[in-house]
Amino acid sequence: MSDDLGILSCGAYLPRLRLQRKSIAAANTWFAPALRGLARGERAMANWDEDAVTMATEAARDCLAGRDRASFGRLMLASTTHPYDDRQNAGIVANALNLASALAVLDVSGSLRAGSSALANALASAADGQTLVTAAEHRLAKAGSPQEMHYGDGAAAILVGRGRPIARLVAAHSETVDFVDHFRGHDAEHDYAWEERWIRDEGYLKIVPRAIAALLKKAGMAADAVTQLCMPCTLSRVGATLAMRAGIPGGAVRDTLASVCGDTGAAHPLLLLAHALEEAKPGDRILVAAFGQGCDALLFEATDAIATPAPCRGVKGALARRKEESNYMKFLAFNDQVALERGMRAETDKATPLSTLYRNRDMVTGLVGGRCRACGTPQFPSGRYCVNPRCNALDSQDARPFSDVPASVMSYTADALTYSPDPPHYYGMVQFDGGGRMMADFTDVDDGKVEVGMPMRMMFRVKEYDPARGFVRYFWKAAPA
Amino acid sequence: MATGIRDKVVVLGMGCSKFGERWDRNAEDLMVEAFEECLQDAGIGRNQIEAAWFGTAIEEQHVGKSGVPLAMTLRLPYIPVTRVENYCATGTEAFRGAVYAVASGAVDIAFALGVEKLKDTGYGGLPQRGRGGLNNFYWANISAPGSFAQLAAAYRAKHRVDPGDLKRAMAHISVKSHDNGAKNPKAHLRNRITEQDVLNAPMIAEPLGLYDCCGVSDGSACAIVTTPDIARGLGKKDLVAVKALQLAVSNGQEAQFDGWDGSYLATTRAAAQRAYKEAGIEHPRKRVSLFDVHDCFSVTELVTMEDLGISEEGKAIADVLDGFYDASGKIPCQIDGGLKCFGHPIGASGLRMIYEMYLQLQGRAGERQHADPVLGMTHNLGGFPSQNVSSVTIVGRYGA
Repeated sequence: MSDDLGILSCGAYLPRLRLQRKSIAAANTWFAPALRGLARGERAMANWDEDAVTMATEAARDCLAGRDRASFGRLMLASTTHPYDDRQNAGIVANALNLASALAVLDVSGSLRAGSSALANALASAADGQTLVTAAEHRLAKAGSPQEMHYGDGAAAILVGRGRPIARLVAAHSETVDFVDHFRGHDAEHDYAWEERWIRDEGYLKIVPRAIAALLKKAGMAADAVTQLCMPCTLSRVGATLAMRAGIPGGAVRDTLASVCGDTGAAHPLLLLAHALEEAKPGDRILVAAFGQGCDALLFEATDAIATPAPCRGVKGALARRKEESNYMKFLAFNDQVALERGMRAETDKATPLSTLYRNRDMVTGLVGGRCRACGTPQFPSGRYCVNPRCNALDSQDARPFSDVPASVMSYTADALTYSPDPPHYYGMVQFDGGGRMMADFTDVDDGKVEVGMPMRMMFRVKEYDPARGFVRYFWKAAPA
Repeated sequence: MATGIRDKVVVLGMGCSKFGERWDRNAEDLMVEAFEECLQDAGIGRNQIEAAWFGTAIEEQHVGKSGVPLAMTLRLPYIPVTRVENYCATGTEAFRGAVYAVASGAVDIAFALGVEKLKDTGYGGLPQRGRGGLNNFYWANISAPGSFAQLAAAYRAKHRVDPGDLKRAMAHISVKSHDNGAKNPKAHLRNRITEQDVLNAPMIAEPLGLYDCCGVSDGSACAIVTTPDIARGLGKKDLVAVKALQLAVSNGQEAQFDGWDGSYLATTRAAAQRAYKEAGIEHPRKRVSLFDVHDCFSVTELVTMEDLGISEEGKAIADVLDGFYDASGKIPCQIDGGLKCFGHPIGASGLRMIYEMYLQLQGRAGERQHADPVLGMTHNLGGFPSQNVSSVTIVGRYGA
C-alpha cells in the first residue's frame, strides 16, 4: 500500500450515561447469583433517544472535526442493531452530516465482524477514494443475563483513503468459520449464547491464532514486532492468552475497555483501534483481531502524522463525558424492557408523513436553516421571506447548517407535565452564536443544572418512536457543550 | 382614514355558564346555559340575531369543526355562522367578529359565543395534541406550562431577580385570585389558599408549581352586540361600549430573530399600545379601573402587567407584593378569579373576561363589585411566549 493511503482520522462516541454493574447485580442476583462476579465497573448506556444511527452520526462528526466533508465519496454504517431492516441507515447518517447526494453508502451487518469487515473493505479500495466507516451498536439483553453486564452502547468512525494517514495498513487477513457462539434470529430482540468455556476454547483460542499467524505471514513480520494488540472479548484473559500463544509481547495487549464502557459489539474493534491510535507513537504496530463467525485480523503501522494532535474528542473524550447511572429500572425503561405505565399523554399517534419528511429532509435531518444574502441574518427554519423585519427579502437565503454552530441557553424549563421517557423534560430557547435561535428539546442534562447562558451543542437524536408502524423519527437536540 | 371602534358598538346582553368540571354536561348544554342567560339579559329573541361567530379552540375534543354546532344547538335561523379559532384569544376573536359586523353596518345585531369542553380527556391538564404538519418534526416537546415557565427563567436573568423573590410574587398573584374566585359563584375554583400552599405545591414546569397554573375547565360565555341607538331603542340604559379591540400575532421575530430576550410578550406590548390609542387613553395606570388579563400562569400575569404598561419594566414584583392588583388595591386584576380560578375553557375565556367587565360596569357583580368602574381591560394570550396571539380589549361606559 502506498505511503499516502491509510487511516486519516478517527472519531468515537459513547452515550454519557454509565450504568453501574453493581446496580444490575443488586436487582438480579436474587435470581442469578453468578452475576455477582461480574458486578465491577460500568457500561455505557444509551439515553432513551439514542440508537445506532444517532451514535454513528456523533462518532462521524467527531471523526470529521475540522475536515472537509466533501472529501469522501463512500459512507458505511456497520451494526447488528440498525434501527431499520429496510431503509438505508447509512443514508440517514449521510443526511444528518449534510453530505451531498453524490455518495455511495452501505449498511454492513450480519455479525460482530461487521465493523472490522467494513474497515477492511474500505482499506482494500482506499486507492479509489476516501471512505468514512462508521460502526455503532445498541444491543438489548435480557434482564439478569451476562450479556446485560458485558454489553455497552457506543460508536466509532474511521476515515480511510488517500491523504496524510496517521496509520497505514500493513496487512489484512480474514477467516470465516460458522462457529455459532451466539446468534440473534430474525425478529428476535435478544441474543442466544452458548457456554462461555466452549466459546473460549473452541472459538477464540483456535480461530484467532490462525488468523493472526496468516496475517503476520502476509506482513512478513515477526509476532514480537507487534506493539499493540486490540482484541475485543468479554471473556477474561483471552487477549493475554492469545498474545502468549502467538508470541506477541504481553505488554502489547490493550485494555478492552470492559470496565469503563463494555463491549460495543460491531463497533468495538474500531473503538479499540481508535483508542490505540490516540495513544500511539510513530512506528507502533497495531494488530486488531475481531472475532465473530471467524476473525478479521488487521495490522497497522502508525506514521509520523500520528504525532500531530487531532481536533477530535476521540475515545478519551467520549470516556470523559460521563455520568454515573445507578438506576437499573431507568435502564430497563429506556430500552423498553419493562411494561412501564407511561400515562395517557404517551398514547398520541406518532405517524410520520413521509412526503413531508422528504420535502424537508435537509431542515429536519440536517438542521439546515438559512442565511439571508440581502441582510446576512442566519435563521432557522429558513422561511421564504427573511425574518429580519427590516429586510423581509423573498427567497434570499442560502442554506446554513446549524448542527455545528455553538449555542447557549436563552430560556428553559424542566417540564413534569409533558410526556417524556425521562422526566422532567428539559427544553428551551437556544441562541446560536452569530445569530439564529430555536426552541429545542434538551438532552443529556443534569436535573437542576441548567441555567440561562449555559453553552450548548446540538446533537442528533431520536425525536419520536412510532411503535404502531416501527418508524423512528430523528431530529436535533441541545446538550451541554 | 380609519377611526377605530371606540363607542361604535355596545353590549346588548351577555351570558356565562358556570365554569368547572362539568362532568354531567356536554358542550352543547354549556352553550345553552350561557345563551339562555344572554337572551334574557338582551331582551330579544333568537330570530333577531342576524349573524354569529362561534369560538372553539380544541374542537376535536367536543363539538367538531365549523359553525354548524352553534346553529344546530341554538336553532339559529339560517344566518351566517362563522367558526373562529385563534389559540386562547378564540373567545375574544368571536367577539371581535360580531362587533366588527355591527360596526360595518352590515347587520344590526350580532352574536358571539365561545365554548370548550376540556374535561373529557381522562387526564389532567390540556389535551395532548399534534402541532400540525412540519411542526411535529421540529418543535420541542413543549407543554403550555413549560413554555410560559421560560418567561420566568428569562425574566430572572434579565432583571437579576432572585428566584425566591419571583416565586413569592407569583404566589401572591395566585393567592389573590383564589380570594377573588371564592366570591364568584360561577368560578371553577372557589377555595382560598395561602402563600405556603403555593410554594409547597408539586412542580409542574420549573418554576411553576400546581398553584401557579390556571384551571382546565368546561364552560361557555356569549355576547349579543348592537349599535348604541338600537340598544337605547330597546330600552337599555348604562350602556357598556367597546372602546378598543386589538390583536397582535407573532411573525417569527421572537422565535427566529435575535432581538427578543424571552422575558416579555412582544405581541401584548404592540396590541396594548394600539388599544390605548384606539380608546383614547393616555395614562392607563390612572384611567383603567379593572383588568382581567390572561393569567394562564402566575408568571404570565406578572409579566403582562409590565407589557400593558401598568407596572414599569422590571418592577411588577413590587406592585404585586404591594397589593396594587389585589381586589382592595389601586387597580384590581382578576377580580372574578381570572383564568386561575374562574377557569379556562379556552374558546370561552375571552368572552368570560368581557362578561365580568360588563357586570362590573353595570354594577351587577354582587359580592365582588368594584366601586364605580369606568374602563375595564381584558387580555388574552395564546400559544407560547416565543410565538403567540395576543388580544387586548377595552370596554367602558358609553361616552366615557
